[in-house]
Amino acid sequence: MSLRSLSSALLLVGALSLASTAVARADAVLISGGKVVTNGAAGVIENGDVLIVDGRIEAVGLRLTPPAGARVVDARGRWVTPGVFAAASEVGLNEIGGSGAPNDANVSGDIASAAADARLAFNPAATAIAVTRIEGVTRAAIAPSHSEALFSGLGAVVALDGRPGGVMDAAAFQVVDLGEPGARRAGGSRAALWPAFAAALRDAREYPQRYRSGQGGAVLNELDAEAIQPFARGQGLLLVRIERASDIRQLVSFAQANPSLSFAIHGGAEAWRVAPELAAARIPVIVDPFANLPDRLERLAARADNAALLHAAGVTVAIGPAPGAVDAHQSRLVLQLAGNAVAAGLPWEAAFAAITSAPAEIFGLGRSLGRLERGMIADVVIWDGDPLEVMSAPVLVMIDGLETSLVSRQTRLRDRYAPAAARAP
Amino acid sequence: MALGGGWSSAWDAKSPALACARSMSSRLKNALLPARGFAPHNEICAVESAACEAERKGAAMTTDLRISRRDAKRLQRDSGEAFAGRLRAWTASLAVGVAIGAAGGVSGCATSNEPGGASVNASGAPSGAPSGDVYGDAAGHAFVTDAFASTYRRVEAPPTLIRGGLVIDGTGQEFPEADVLIVDGRIAGLGPGLDAPDGALVIDAAGRFVTPGIIDAHSHLGVYPSPSIEATSDGNEATQPNTAEVWAEHSVWPMDPGFSRAVAGGVTALHVLPGSANLFGGRGVTLRPVLGARTTQEMKFLDAPQSLKMACGENPARVYGSRNTSPASDMANVAGWRQSFAQAQEYRRAWDEYFAALAEGGEEAPTPPDRNLEMETLAAVLNGELTVQWHCYRADEMVTALEVAREFGFQVSAFHHAVEAYKIADILAERGVCAALWADWWGFKLEAYDGIRENIPFVDAAGGCAIVHSDSEVGIQRLNQEAAKAMSDGRRAGLDISRARAWTWLSLNPARALGIEAETGSLELGKAGDVVVWSADPFSVYARADLVFMDGALAYDRAVSEAPASDFELGQSHGERP
Repeated sequence: MSLRSLSSALLLVGALSLASTAVARADAVLISGGKVVTNGAAGVIENGDVLIVDGRIEAVGLRLTPPAGARVVDARGRWVTPGVFAAASEVGLNEIGGSGAPNDANVSGDIASAAADARLAFNPAATAIAVTRIEGVTRAAIAPSHSEALFSGLGAVVALDGRPGGVMDAAAFQVVDLGEPGARRAGGSRAALWPAFAAALRDAREYPQRYRSGQGGAVLNELDAEAIQPFARGQGLLLVRIERASDIRQLVSFAQANPSLSFAIHGGAEAWRVAPELAAARIPVIVDPFANLPDRLERLAARADNAALLHAAGVTVAIGPAPGAVDAHQSRLVLQLAGNAVAAGLPWEAAFAAITSAPAEIFGLGRSLGRLERGMIADVVIWDGDPLEVMSAPVLVMIDGLETSLVSRQTRLRDRYAPAAARAP
Repeated sequence: MALGGGWSSAWDAKSPALACARSMSSRLKNALLPARGFAPHNEICAVESAACEAERKGAAMTTDLRISRRDAKRLQRDSGEAFAGRLRAWTASLAVGVAIGAAGGVSGCATSNEPGGASVNASGAPSGAPSGDVYGDAAGHAFVTDAFASTYRRVEAPPTLIRGGLVIDGTGQEFPEADVLIVDGRIAGLGPGLDAPDGALVIDAAGRFVTPGIIDAHSHLGVYPSPSIEATSDGNEATQPNTAEVWAEHSVWPMDPGFSRAVAGGVTALHVLPGSANLFGGRGVTLRPVLGARTTQEMKFLDAPQSLKMACGENPARVYGSRNTSPASDMANVAGWRQSFAQAQEYRRAWDEYFAALAEGGEEAPTPPDRNLEMETLAAVLNGELTVQWHCYRADEMVTALEVAREFGFQVSAFHHAVEAYKIADILAERGVCAALWADWWGFKLEAYDGIRENIPFVDAAGGCAIVHSDSEVGIQRLNQEAAKAMSDGRRAGLDISRARAWTWLSLNPARALGIEAETGSLELGKAGDVVVWSADPFSVYARADLVFMDGALAYDRAVSEAPASDFELGQSHGERP
């Protein structure tokens, strides 16, 4: 994202915060004395301080001096970390998943597939956003799914502060299915899938000429060709849903033959079998540590330590729910996913990076999100314990340097129905 | 408690085998009476996709018999005398159930465990009834059959002493550095410094945690197995709203790789249910996750009653409404249940009359009514022979369901999913109905919109029977983590919940809801040796089940294999582990 669009987004956020009474604006905040997980070269700093000025990390270290008038937050005994980044989510794309309710995460029909754009559907007021945020998740990569097409559409990275203007970047990534679901949509066979994918990229590269000439696309309609065009020219990430080792090898070959394209894998249940090739091709993988069952025939070699094996081989690993398990309501579980990856052998630091800095890097935001270092956007969470532990919870969640509310519709329901024993002093 | 008729008259024992059967049936019946619970469910994954997939992945009374007096006091203070009185009554009824269980416990009915021998079916109905008579004889008939009886056998194992772990006993107590002794498959001791019998296997559990095996009250392993393809979508007979005649166990594929993953998560028993497409989904079955089992019968939990799976709400109305058939609405759901139970009353009456005529011994032998498998299941519910596991999300719909149960005189064992159970926790406690719950699933449909993270602890705090369930091949692998989330959220809401109490949500309460609490669910003396040794505090995300004992035999050892391969997984070349 460009600095300019970022600063205008910040201006917008700042302006809106004036209208809000629920959230405190503080130009300078010192978070003092916590166990600071920087995710950067400084590693973990015990009894460290984090200084935030104007929505950015100003300094991280020991015994920092707060500017005059700064708010000081005592974090002794707490963990202080970058905000969590949900790498695979539909949060804000529906209020309710089923029940025949409107669901902007699901696209069908032939009007638009690649052109479907999550930014246009994202609702920062969706109930699930606060529910997710109060568990420490500050950003999410959201994308629609198309039920019939290879390309599912444009994904976006959003802030979970619940304010208008939460979409971070234009056309952050394009989603494409190159496994069983993609094959089903390409005539039922992988044999047809890859030629269709290659033809689609050709259509997009030759947009708009072949459409204006009346020739039309071999695979794509004009709308989708236009949407894919930048990605086909290497401007933007192609996020590939793919699981089987042989399919992943196919992708690696395709990537080598098309070096200008930028790929990341979502799913990759059998990626551990292709780990060295992925590391060499610098293709990162968003994996699901719960995915240890052969629940699809393209996941027969699924195993719980997939993330650990990939990491050991030098692959950049992010953690998120597998394709098919992504939803709008439970992105908060990404912390539990990461904890389970640790139990399955992934080093803690790598697991935490896999839900913070790694997704930020995959989605092109590595210079502004995911680490507690000078100049980074101040998404900061203070926890009452190890954030990967299922019994830990945030005590303060900051997005863009602003403290956010820890109230959600769920906490309101909780308070309404709390038993007498819970209300007793 | 108005159970259906036919129970008490049914058990004039005339033989030792029958006496044994009778005591067991009494135990099971008692188990069914006060607080059993489960409700039905599974989203209709066979039918729909997105919501379905979401639900598939990603559900009473108090639980702790020993502290119920203290709880009664607290509740008396908090909620008034009337409620405390009800709790005392409930506690007393439980005590009766336990006493009967002890007297007629499964171990006392050894012959009943012999495949092919004098067997006792799930409800205690004697087998070997007069030929040509499907429901027993004039002395007492039951509507469950002993066909498809369990052929599960306990694996012979030496005495086992698990030494020096922190023991959570499943009834609400925790013992630092205690030993657990298992002899002949049964818990034979719990305390510090126990002696190892000759030839005992001694496990050093110092620094580790020891708990009862986890019981999942809501699973679709085997009926929606991995891999999930058209051929394996066997959990919903979504062809008509009442399919009470189908049995989940007849869809279970024993080679589902999910069973080994469940054991690796510390699970020693699970209840496999049909899905929730139908008002009456069919019968559920309690299984042991026996690795290497060739048949479902080899997995069937001995003497566990079957269940009837019922479903409220959106699923049946959507499935049939979309076909322009009934039920298309919530009101038709209720009418559908009532009409079918009314028919079942008639069915039962016809058989009662037949047996009465048989007993009179008139000159002409009476003609038995036609057998109807759908009605048979519902009549068995009216007779208290099956637990009732009812998929129901919303508070108002659960209370409506309880009215149906009251009208027809049966006990609901548990509501499943019940994301709004916290709104009616007092009513569920009063009616002795368990709530089998997720820790935090919500929002995937409107009836799940009001989910809160404190559902489980709020049900528990009301003196109810809270259960952590999975409804998921993923969730069943880490139910301990779900309990941890619920416990910590309850604590943050101001409740005082020990981890020992939270464990009752994982073993004793589900055992109660399934009618197997006399046999398992806690480390009390005489119960089955269903024990897990955890690498660390199981309320930590980092803890793993190191060893899992089932009926006293080592069923899983993580050091040997992380995930033992089922036949399906064996030899898949691309699945070879490095």
